[in-house]
Amino acid sequence: MPTTKSLYGRRLPGYAIATAIVLTAAIALAFFYAPIEADQGFSQKIFYIHVPLAIVTLGGFVFGGIFGIQYLRSGDTRHDLRSYTAIHQGLIFCIGALITGCIWAKAAWGQWWVWDEPTLVSFLIVFLLYCTYQPLRFSIEDPERQARYAAVFAVVAGVFVPVNFIAVRLASPLIHPRVLSSSGDSLPGEMRIAFYSALVGVALLFITICKYEMASKHSRAQLAALRRSLSDENDEPAAVRTAAPRIAIK
Amino acid sequence: MSAARPPSTLSAARAVLYKELTLERRAPQTLTAMALFCASAFVIFHFALGRDEVEGALASGVLWVTLTLAALLGIGRSFVADREEGGLDGFLLAPAPRSALLIAKATTLFVFLLIVGVLAALLFSVLLLGPTPSASQWASLALLIVLADLGIALVGTLIAGIAIQTRARDLITSILALPLLIPLLIAVTKASEPLLSVGAGTLTGRWLALLGLYDLIFGLLAYALFDYLVED
Repeated sequence: MPTTKSLYGRRLPGYAIATAIVLTAAIALAFFYAPIEADQGFSQKIFYIHVPLAIVTLGGFVFGGIFGIQYLRSGDTRHDLRSYTAIHQGLIFCIGALITGCIWAKAAWGQWWVWDEPTLVSFLIVFLLYCTYQPLRFSIEDPERQARYAAVFAVVAGVFVPVNFIAVRLASPLIHPRVLSSSGDSLPGEMRIAFYSALVGVALLFITICKYEMASKHSRAQLAALRRSLSDENDEPAAVRTAAPRIAIK
Repeated sequence: MSAARPPSTLSAARAVLYKELTLERRAPQTLTAMALFCASAFVIFHFALGRDEVEGALASGVLWVTLTLAALLGIGRSFVADREEGGLDGFLLAPAPRSALLIAKATTLFVFLLIVGVLAALLFSVLLLGPTPSASQWASLALLIVLADLGIALVGTLIAGIAIQTRARDLITSILALPLLIPLLIAVTKASEPLLSVGAGTLTGRWLALLGLYDLIFGLLAYALFDYLVED
């Protein structure tokens, strides 16, 4: 008998409001508080969205790998769902980072695509690799095996990301603006405040969307379970081929 | 009857490796396909590029793209016979550690790639390569082939293990393998470039280090994760 006990997305409104506030504040800070960059002018503002998108993307992929390890260790399907959601949304954010990167490249260097630019090229390679995550899941029918193989992929790809960045960086001269050096003093104070608030805002957006996707998947599974318990014939649901993790409702 | 003792990883791996090599010796399938593919690819490159001779970065690119695509053929075939003829089930019934399968399969692929790599490099130097490499350059190229083939064999076996259980096996193999092999290809093409140029070009240490790092990382990863791929 399905129960409503396992309600998902209870904290979703809180996250959504926090995201809206922080993101709006970050955009306001970026446009009205942070100074216009002397070299690139107004077009540098895209930095406040491009770099947070890129960082959050990589964070999403890393967490996808970590949840993958946790799934392989425990066999708990919740970790599979988390891994799936983190990679799924990471991929979408990755597209955002690539597009904003292209726009920035056009504004700063006059070309939409710059092969000398290691970070952008690395992102394209990482994007190509993670693009195979959904087809891989989709081509495995058995839910348990699908989750296991997807977790193996998530771990391999998670390790691949830094190796790839090292390789691409070694292969190309550095022209990417190093706005955040290891010493951290390359960014003026106002810009740094705007940048960090944008980073927090985008990270919150990522978490909110992930939680939303998980809540949506859960409520859909619960709805399907309720429908089954109400229908007269107690037949098993037809097997649907899907790339998404199957959620068992107790 | 003596008490049954489970075989050690190495002896199980040796048995599977022996089976693989015997199969290929009796009915050469994968190796011949890979070698023929390389020869055809060189002919295609000759016409597509409109050149009789290539050198430097172009030569390095042609050689390694051909070898990578030939490797995809080998990766794609790696588990097919076992899956179709029940060899995988047989292996799982045996009380042998699963990593033995990884070791045997990766070694098989490594041996195939080495043979094809040497053949393709010789053929390439006859058909397309402009400058004639010196003996030390040949030795450096051989070292690169060994290091790159090791990486391709390890990653390839891991991918073959994933792809064999999927419905769209061939598609999954290629779309997974190519992005994963990009760092390796960056290193090996950059390292081969001076060896295939006019003049006494030598190996650069950092590319060798990157290849070694790639082999090490993905070797450990394959060893850690392969058990999960052959669980049932």
